[in-house]
Amino acid sequence: MRLLFDRRKNPRLAWAGLAVMAAALIVLPFVLTSIGTAWVRITNLAILYCFLALGLNIVVGFAGLLDLGYIAFYAVGAYVYALLASPHFNIHLPFWIILPIGGAVACLFGVLLGTPTLKLRGDYLAIVTLGFGEIIRIFLNNLSLPVNITNGPQGIYLIDPFSIGSFSFAKTQTIAGLTATGPVKYYYLLLAALLVVIVINLRLQDSRIGRAWEAIREDEIAARAMGINTRNMKLLAFAMGASFGGVAGGMFSAIQGFISPESFILVESIMVLSMVVLGGMGNVFGVVLGALLLSFIPEVLRYTVGPAQEAVFGRTLIDPEVFRMLLFGFALVLMMLFRPAGLWPSALRKRELEARRQ
Amino acid sequence: MNDAALTLLSATGIAKRFGGVHALSDVSFTIRHGEIYGLIGPNGAGKTTLFNVLTGIYTRDQGAFLFDGEPLDDLKPNDVAKRGIARTFQNIRLFANLSALENVMIGRHVRTHAGVFGAIARNAATRAEEKAIARRAYELLEYVGVAERAHDLARHLPYGFQRRLEIARALATDPRLLALDEPVAGMNATETAALATLLRDIRRDGTTILLIEHDMKLVMGVCDRVLVLDYGKKIAEGSAADVRNDPAVIAAYLGGDIALDLKGASA
Repeated sequence: MRLLFDRRKNPRLAWAGLAVMAAALIVLPFVLTSIGTAWVRITNLAILYCFLALGLNIVVGFAGLLDLGYIAFYAVGAYVYALLASPHFNIHLPFWIILPIGGAVACLFGVLLGTPTLKLRGDYLAIVTLGFGEIIRIFLNNLSLPVNITNGPQGIYLIDPFSIGSFSFAKTQTIAGLTATGPVKYYYLLLAALLVVIVINLRLQDSRIGRAWEAIREDEIAARAMGINTRNMKLLAFAMGASFGGVAGGMFSAIQGFISPESFILVESIMVLSMVVLGGMGNVFGVVLGALLLSFIPEVLRYTVGPAQEAVFGRTLIDPEVFRMLLFGFALVLMMLFRPAGLWPSALRKRELEARRQ
Repeated sequence: MNDAALTLLSATGIAKRFGGVHALSDVSFTIRHGEIYGLIGPNGAGKTTLFNVLTGIYTRDQGAFLFDGEPLDDLKPNDVAKRGIARTFQNIRLFANLSALENVMIGRHVRTHAGVFGAIARNAATRAEEKAIARRAYELLEYVGVAERAHDLARHLPYGFQRRLEIARALATDPRLLALDEPVAGMNATETAALATLLRDIRRDGTTILLIEHDMKLVMGVCDRVLVLDYGKKIAEGSAADVRNDPAVIAAYLGGDIALDLKGASA
């Protein structure tokens, strides 16, 4: 992979590689449609998870702040979108206004979580963030009385899809002989957004800000003595991570058309964190890889485990859902043993781990 | 000589307690522009505590610092660095898993400006700043003699290089006062002599130095003036030669009636 991205040493190969990848990504939804539209939806969710994992990577991977309640920001973004684009309050703002609002509100919540936890590290920070995630979810569940804001556990439905003028992302359309279903159109939008997020992540990492985060993670006291305002830098990490979560939440709302507090449970936070850790904390491409694997493998298993058992034993011995979790746990254990820094770790993380072992 | 224009840092009545322990009591001194000011004393005398109070890692209980005519009040360590006081640590605190060059580049943080939007947009100003940061960091590595290992991880550098790298990182913040906490601890005679040369170079190039050191040969060789602490109190201040012959200092180091009295007084 590195070879493909090394534009300096081998420009022609790098560009050719990029062109092939781009072509594959453009054709992908049509290939998937031929297998089944469900797979395009699954891919879209996978891209959303990449989005989330990259947002969390800023907090956990770059700044080294363990956040177990990240899904709360996703929830905030999703609910902001749902409330401002659904019959619930009968407000229907266009998505390009709501997404930034959702990002900003989530950003505010990020600062809200960050401020009281500035002095906490590691386990202690994890516990507080976990609590924060639960608080948000419980609020969403209960903010239906006395004034109905979130509609409680029933959730909010009939959420507007993205649309610009008469062009709706939810409808099937035939453009230049190609039939594009709603999910296919969302796919391109999500892909473009993901590219932007990847570029932002890469550029942040290799900047004055990114170095300050690295310094804080390595040695906070030394970082402060070097004039780095650790308070602001940590808040910045929380705020940036949260706003990515918020924007992703808005997209999730629009794509699903229905949201309820059910979608934002603790397991989701853990899932996103697992994507970051499995892929390789701090390495943008590793994180994307982790998110894709953890999004797709369970789906593939869902479609294969049941039928495979039927074929071999004539009946389903292990419920696919159980098997999925079993395999997931097993994979995480294997990874901790053999690739503790992640499948595709950042150079820095690898070094840190080696240093700890010595 | 006590002219305010000559004074870079003045401390008056600095006190710091940890519970019942008076780590520092009523310590006053002045450091003049362009000197190498030594801070010595037996183990536990309060030298590092004084450093930590000065650089904002501890809050002082009493007293005031005046740095370049302005008070250093209630400042956080990062504010102190911004004001122009940079330090090194007794037990080296480099960013161990980053390269030597990156360590020094992080030192430039406080004198550079690129924010989130600059980092994401990578506009011309940000690119120019990044280039300047790398260039300056490399210059500093050359200055302290670590340039040949610029791309090695800090923790892979030999001990002497780590000490020098920490000095380069501190210099990267463009300090007017460089506070060094035992920079030659654990070095052999040759390395110590080389570091003495570096300290003189730094002073010649316009940075005032505050030096904690146990190596008396180095202190006597490079320091213009020396402050001696014992049990948190100032027992002597003056030129290296004067301090060396001060009976109170000799007693503090070798033991004696005076030292025992001091112990009794501070308990």
